[in-house]
Amino acid sequence: MIVQFGILLSFLAAGEFIVWLTGVNIPSSIIGMLLLTSALKGGIVKPYQIERLSNFLVHNLGFFFVPAGVGLMNCFGIISEQWLPILGASVGSTVIIIAVSGQVHSMVRRSLSRKQPLTQSGIAE
Amino acid sequence: MEFLTDKFFLIAVTFVFYIGAQRLQRATGIILINPILISIAAIICFLLLLDIDYATYQRGGEYIDFWLKPAVVALGLPLYRQLPAIRKQVLPLLVSELCGCVAGIVSVVVIAKLLGASHEVIMSLAPKAVTTPIAMEVSAAVGGIPSLTAAVVVSTGIFGGIAGFKILKLSRVKSPIAQGLSIGTAAHAVGTSAAMERSERYGAFSSLGLTLNGLLTAILAPFVLHLIGAY
Repeated sequence: MIVQFGILLSFLAAGEFIVWLTGVNIPSSIIGMLLLTSALKGGIVKPYQIERLSNFLVHNLGFFFVPAGVGLMNCFGIISEQWLPILGASVGSTVIIIAVSGQVHSMVRRSLSRKQPLTQSGIAE
Repeated sequence: MEFLTDKFFLIAVTFVFYIGAQRLQRATGIILINPILISIAAIICFLLLLDIDYATYQRGGEYIDFWLKPAVVALGLPLYRQLPAIRKQVLPLLVSELCGCVAGIVSVVVIAKLLGASHEVIMSLAPKAVTTPIAMEVSAAVGGIPSLTAAVVVSTGIFGGIAGFKILKLSRVKSPIAQGLSIGTAAHAVGTSAAMERSERYGAFSSLGLTLNGLLTAILAPFVLHLIGAY
């Protein structure tokens, strides 16, 4: 278990280091995640070395958001003044994002799989 | 009552409410009794009743916050397992993420404006689909209120987690890859935890969605907002 903690936190530290070095405004955790995926791909880290802790963290992600959500109590003023636009825009745009990205993904895939035989036969062009 | 501000007490309170809400959901089977939603609401009531402010609560809360970053790093494992599937469809993934990202920012601005939101509220809402650190960063950069953004981000995630699969059904998106991806795009890590409950495959594509939309939003949001004249 210590190894698992050590590996995950090292990748997070590497992410923090890259943020510090380059000043990009991408969270260190996302960089750490991409580094971890690459390290797994390159065989530097083996899945079994992080599996137990990763599964635990990933399957309980929601819990770690609770304190941030409680922060809502600090914004009661502005939320009660403008609750309608806040609620309407959040809900409306969430529905739109889900529908748009899902539909576009299916559409592009369908059109690609239709084109595939064409491009294969058209290689000689 | 000094004990009420003890960090271990506040951490324990958070666990107790979350576990209670989880049990309640399992016992009732009602999706709306989302453990994250219910425990946040219950903890807020608890703090208000005992007159404990948020800064005091965070003395314990920050130890739970701490695990958010390692947990996001851990998403690298399911992502790695789906790499072969991802490689087969780089183009559909990129195009749909780009559309989702732009549609999200534009729609939130338009709806909020139509419903009469103030400028700083609109700017706080604009990056609400992506994970908290990116969203707060973007919000600050375009003149929003980062703490409001954080609250809206978590609420959006909860909504996406509860309603996401229903919305997908209504919009007839059927492939598990597209479904997982859309949930992560719209509802970041909170949505991903809901997708993870379905299966690891949904969860992996959801983490891909949250990553791609997070990166795109960090890069594109100020530009898109400028383009539609909101910023």
